[in-house]
Amino acid sequence: MSTYLDISDFTKVYPSPRGDVHALESVNLGIEEGQFVSILGPSGCGKSTLLKCVAGLESGTCGQIRFDGQVLDGPPSGLGMVFQRDLLVDWRTVLENVMITAEFLELDGDVARKEALRLLELFGLKGFEHHHPWELSGGMRQRAAICRALVGNPRLLLMDEPFGALDAMTRDELNIELQHIWLQSKKTLLFVTHSIQEAVFLSDRVIVMSRNPARVIEDMTIDLPRPRTLSTRGSAQFGEYVIELQALFKRVGIFKGE
Amino acid sequence: MLRIWQATEAARTFTAVILGCIAIWAVCVWVFDLPVFLVPSPMTVLKEFIEKPQFYFANSLSTLWVSLGGFALAVLAGLILSIGIIRSVWLERTLYTLLVGLNSLPKVALAPLFVIWFGTGAISKMAVVISIAIFPIVIGTVLGLRSIDPELINMARAMRAPQKRILWKLRFPQALPSLLSGMKVSISLALVGTVVGEFIAGNKGLGSTILAAQGTFDTTQVFVCIVLLGVLGAILFYAIDLVERYLIPWHPSHRGHKQQAANPQRAPQHQGRAGVAH
Repeated sequence: MSTYLDISDFTKVYPSPRGDVHALESVNLGIEEGQFVSILGPSGCGKSTLLKCVAGLESGTCGQIRFDGQVLDGPPSGLGMVFQRDLLVDWRTVLENVMITAEFLELDGDVARKEALRLLELFGLKGFEHHHPWELSGGMRQRAAICRALVGNPRLLLMDEPFGALDAMTRDELNIELQHIWLQSKKTLLFVTHSIQEAVFLSDRVIVMSRNPARVIEDMTIDLPRPRTLSTRGSAQFGEYVIELQALFKRVGIFKGE
Repeated sequence: MLRIWQATEAARTFTAVILGCIAIWAVCVWVFDLPVFLVPSPMTVLKEFIEKPQFYFANSLSTLWVSLGGFALAVLAGLILSIGIIRSVWLERTLYTLLVGLNSLPKVALAPLFVIWFGTGAISKMAVVISIAIFPIVIGTVLGLRSIDPELINMARAMRAPQKRILWKLRFPQALPSLLSGMKVSISLALVGTVVGEFIAGNKGLGSTILAAQGTFDTTQVFVCIVLLGVLGAILFYAIDLVERYLIPWHPSHRGHKQQAANPQRAPQHQGRAGVAH
C-alpha cells in the first residue's frame, strides 16, 4: 500500500532580484489516511507554502506530491481548506457563506443545506445561520469558515494557522471542537501552526520545519490518549513533548518557539 | 414620534437649505431691484411654470428619457468592457489605455461629430451621454473587480471553482460598491451629456428650450429650465442611492441600523451557547 499523501523531494524556489529564495528544500513526507499531522515551525519557514503546494494552488520547482496515488496537478478533488483569515464574504449570511462550497462543488442543494445546518449546529452557530459575518465574533467567524470547508465532506482537510488570529481562550475552545470533529470523521488533516502546545495537543504527528534552509528537521509521534482535554496539557507526558520540541528549536537556533 | 422626527432629519435639513436659497434669491432681486431680463424673482419663475406646465413636463420628460437611456447603455457597455479588461491582459493594455486617453478629451467637442453621424434625434444625444457617462463606470468596475482579496480566489480555487463562477459569485459582488459609486458620478454626467446634446441639435428637451429662450431674452424661461434640471439631477442621484441601499445593504456604509439592532441580542446568546458546549 502506498502512502495516502506522499511528498517526495519537494523543492520550491522563488526567483528574486537578490538571488533565488528557497522556500522549500527537498521536503520528504508521507502521511497515512486518517492521520492528524501538524506542521510546526517559525514564521517564514515555508510551512504555509508547503500547504499551498499540497492544495495544488502553487506548484513546486522539483519533486512531486502524490495524493491517493495521483500526482498532484492543481487542486485535487475532495479537498477542504481553512485559511488564517476566515474569508467570509459580507454580502452572504453565515449559512450562505457555508453554502458557497456547495455552489462551487455543484453539490445537491438540499442535501448540502442540511449538512451545512448540521455542521453549524455542531459548532454552536445555531441561531446565527441568518446573521451576517460582521455581526459575529472572530471565533464564531472562524467556526463558520471551518463549516464551509467541511460541508463538501472532504477527504483531506488543510488548515493554515486557522486559530492564529484568535485570543487564547477561543483558541482552546476551537482546539477541542476541532479534535471532536476529527475523532468523529477521521479525516486526514494537515494543520499548520507556530504554537508548540497547539501542535502537541491536536496531533498524531508533529512535523518540525526549520528556516533557512526550509526543510523538515523532525518528525515526532505524539502518543497521548484521546480524547484529549484541557487537563491533558497539565500531564507530565504532554510537558515532555513540549520541552523536547522547545529544546529542538533552541538547538537549531530558533528561540522564537513559544 | 421621535423616531419619525429623527428619520426625516436629512429631509428637513435639505428642505430648509433649499427654502433658504430661494429666500436669499428673492431678497436679492428685491433689494437690488434687478430687472426681469437679468434675474427674475422666484415668484415670476413659479408663475411661468404654472402657466405652461405641460410644455415644461414634456421637455423635462424628453431630457429624462435621453439621460436614462444613455445612462443604461453606458452601464451595459461599461460592464462588458470592464469584464473584458479584467479577463484579458491584451484588452487591458489596448482598450483600457485608450479609454483613459479618451477620457481626457473634452466630450463636448465630439457632440457635433455625433450629429453628423447619427442625425439630430435622440441617438446622437445618447451617444454624447454614453461618451461622458461610461468612464466612471469602467474605472469603478475595473477597480472593484481587481481589488479582490487573492486569498478569497485561492479559497475558491481550492474547491476547483471555474473562473466564470468565481467572477459571478465573488468578484462581481465584491465590485458592486465601487460600480455603484461609479454610477453615482455617471448619472450626474449623463444629465450634463443630455443638455450638451440638446444644445447642439434637436428641438426637444430642457437644453434646447434654454437655447431658444436665450434667443428671445426670455430669462424667466431659462430659469424655469435650470430649476427643473436641478430637480431632475437630484431625483436621478437619489434613485441610484436607493438602488445602492437595496443592492448592497451589507456594505459598511449602509449597515448602521441593522448592526445596532443585532448587537444587543448577540452577547447573551453567545454566552448561552458557550455554556451548552462544555
